Amino acid sequence: MKLVVHKANSRGHANHGWLDTSHTFSFANYYDPMRLNFGALRVLNDDFVDGGMGFGTHPHDNMEIISIPLSGDLEHKDSMGNVTVIRQNDVQIMSAGTGIQHSEYNKNKDKKVNFLQIWVFPKQRDIKPHYDQITLKPEDRINKLQQIVSPSKTDDGVWINQDAWFYRGNLKKEFVTEYTVRQNGNGVYVFVIEGDVTVNGQKLGKRDGLGVSETDTISIAADSDTEILLMEVPMNL
Amino acid sequence: MNSTLTILVIGRHKQIMETVLRLLNNREGWSATGALTDEEQEKFIKTKFDLVLIGGGVEEKSERHLKLEFEKLNPQVKIIRHYGGGGGLLFNEIEQAFEKIS
Repeated sequence: MKLVVHKANSRGHANHGWLDTSHTFSFANYYDPMRLNFGALRVLNDDFVDGGMGFGTHPHDNMEIISIPLSGDLEHKDSMGNVTVIRQNDVQIMSAGTGIQHSEYNKNKDKKVNFLQIWVFPKQRDIKPHYDQITLKPEDRINKLQQIVSPSKTDDGVWINQDAWFYRGNLKKEFVTEYTVRQNGNGVYVFVIEGDVTVNGQKLGKRDGLGVSETDTISIAADSDTEILLMEVPMNL
Repeated sequence: MNSTLTILVIGRHKQIMETVLRLLNNREGWSATGALTDEEQEKFIKTKFDLVLIGGGVEEKSERHLKLEFEKLNPQVKIIRHYGGGGGLLFNEIEQAFEKIS
């Protein structure tokens, strides 16, 4: 079994005034050759955007882009005609494929929005761009792992163009569970949204991350009331 | 490498090309040129670039041809894939490319 720990305070950080962002992996002007990716997981940004501010229209291609608001509301517009607001308990995915343009703004003028933006390398390049957004029931992740992303269009969660599965879990103190890897050779990256948790013997706190590979079983023990995001991704690209 | 880093960007998406060229050319000492079609990229085959970035939409046949031609005419050029389409990974990809050969 291989473990890689990324403590919260070791992340790349940039404060642009309207945007305060932390990068688990190298992104934009933050570059650390030891922190480029965990398998197909390439970007894990923890963004705080001031009221009414945001990212103007910009393009993407060939990337699976998942946005998960943790607090506040994010307004999204794209070149596929989607005009939506993603809120706490929603998950959004854009399979950028051959190319899309979009904008993202904090819907509210009076409070920040905090969201995770995650980029996963696509399984297939140059697919037709695809968009999906769902609302999750928070009660369905209390002391269980709620699937929010999957490569099957008939399974729970939004569809992703990759052999990847994402889960959220709100685990009460002392709750213990195990996760079994879905696909041989995949690794699992656990990101702690809130609280303290021990994963395969490694203690983690708020906004810490742990990558686990070369094992089939991930043991998770909540050391306090905790919220985690678990991402299973291919390790070989 | 010259004192100016010369970059050829191959892509098929006009807005992404504009964004990538703007970001690259805003860097002091960097000079980037783009090709949106096979015909345009053919014109640059004999030009000495330090780096070629291949973006989305470039057909496999076209990419293979490009690599073969550069191997013959400009073998020192570094050819890399660009993912994501904007500034998010662009500078990381270039740093990584030159780190591997330094």
